[in-house]
Amino acid sequence: MNRKANLTGPSGVYRWSAILGITALTTLLAGCPFDGDSDNNSDTDTFEVTITNLTAGQPFSPAAVIFHGQHWRAFTTGKPASVALETLAEGGDNASLLAEAADASQVYGHASGQGPIAPGASETVTITLPEAHNRDGMSVSVLTMLVNSNDGLAALNGVSLAALEERQSLNFTALSYDSGTEANTETADTIPGPAASGGAQEGFNPVRDDVRDAVALHGGVVTQDDGMTASVLRAQHRWDHPAMRVTIVRTD
Amino acid sequence: MKLTRAVTTGLAILGLTPALVQAADLTVTIENLTRGVYFTPLAVAAHPEGSQLFQTGQPASTQIQAMAEGGDISGLAGQLSSLGATQANNPAGGLLAPGASATASLNTDGTANTQLSVTAMLLPTNDGFVALNAIDIPTTPGTYSFYANAYDAGTEGNDEVRGSGSPGEAGFPVPPPLEPVVGTGATGITAAAEGFVHIHRGVLGDSDNGAGPSDIDSGLHRWLNPVARITVTVN
Repeated sequence: MNRKANLTGPSGVYRWSAILGITALTTLLAGCPFDGDSDNNSDTDTFEVTITNLTAGQPFSPAAVIFHGQHWRAFTTGKPASVALETLAEGGDNASLLAEAADASQVYGHASGQGPIAPGASETVTITLPEAHNRDGMSVSVLTMLVNSNDGLAALNGVSLAALEERQSLNFTALSYDSGTEANTETADTIPGPAASGGAQEGFNPVRDDVRDAVALHGGVVTQDDGMTASVLRAQHRWDHPAMRVTIVRTD
Repeated sequence: MKLTRAVTTGLAILGLTPALVQAADLTVTIENLTRGVYFTPLAVAAHPEGSQLFQTGQPASTQIQAMAEGGDISGLAGQLSSLGATQANNPAGGLLAPGASATASLNTDGTANTQLSVTAMLLPTNDGFVALNAIDIPTTPGTYSFYANAYDAGTEGNDEVRGSGSPGEAGFPVPPPLEPVVGTGATGITAAAEGFVHIHRGVLGDSDNGAGPSDIDSGLHRWLNPVARITVTVN
């Protein structure tokens, strides 16, 4: 594999683990396990993706799970979000993002979570891919909205699975992002989640009125308990990085 | 270990160790991942093993203080020069805006500079700074990603009001891009200098641009660590 171009290669993941507590059971010299010759038991590769909500009070919208090559990305920090990402981040609707992924040549497979994931809860999404002869740079992205926010999402944004051998697993913890597409007013009219019950609870709105039309790491919510009087959110809706854990088991 | 001590250690290593150098030609890209925090001119340096910018739990050096309170990296640059460091400072040519990136190139051929450090003040904060503090420069060609956290130098109370960028003086400087988004007339938060470098607890801010306890905007200037992604490409 081309490690030189592999932004989230084994060494990078190891370094993240030192800084952010990401535990990746990587093997530097594992070779490329997705070359079709490493798996003689079946003609498919099956992955069980378990998503855990690590927050106190932020339900996750149905997740988007996407397996792809090393160059595909659902978003790039510092750049404007796609409308598909905006749709997920503002309203929790993953359909557009998954439809775009389905059409992308670098996407090997995708799936939606079955439903929202409550704080503390987990869900497992299983994806079976036809065995391919060349999946160099095999990566995964997992995206879900923090629904008690204006446009916050938790995301694994293209992490490498190059070291994932058959019957092994990898663990990742994920940062949360602000899609930069909606002002963080924290009002009941603009937040779709249950914390905004009684308000308009708007989801997607094509107007982009954040301070900067660019995806950034999320700075968290302020909440009325911390002095933002117009906020419908309370202290229990605050969160920190990491917001999500993702465990990926390759079962065959 | 403060850099003042680190200088001594680094020089000792240089003096005692025969030329056993690992040459590296690398680029260092610093991406500001925050939504509303600016980085002042960045110090980007490769330096010898045994030296580091700061040690958490210990008092900041006066050079770190000058950087963290006012964005002045000249003192750090001088110290790094005395260590024989390879430097590519201020790659952004000024402030690095939220969401923006800047790239520095370093060539450590013929040196013992095996460590990489990157640092800059965070605005608006009193004495907050982003840092990658003496990591091993990878020796295998490739691209490596690191996340960098925000630290508090512990040299100034976090009163969160406009003021001075001079060491030991209260408040934080407000360069032009921050002028429209930083408040005025805040009464200030009661806070004392902590006395040691630590992971920044974040800013409080408030929602009132013309009064309240803080001139910082709680809806714009807060962050959750990390604050930067630093991508190192070893050629």
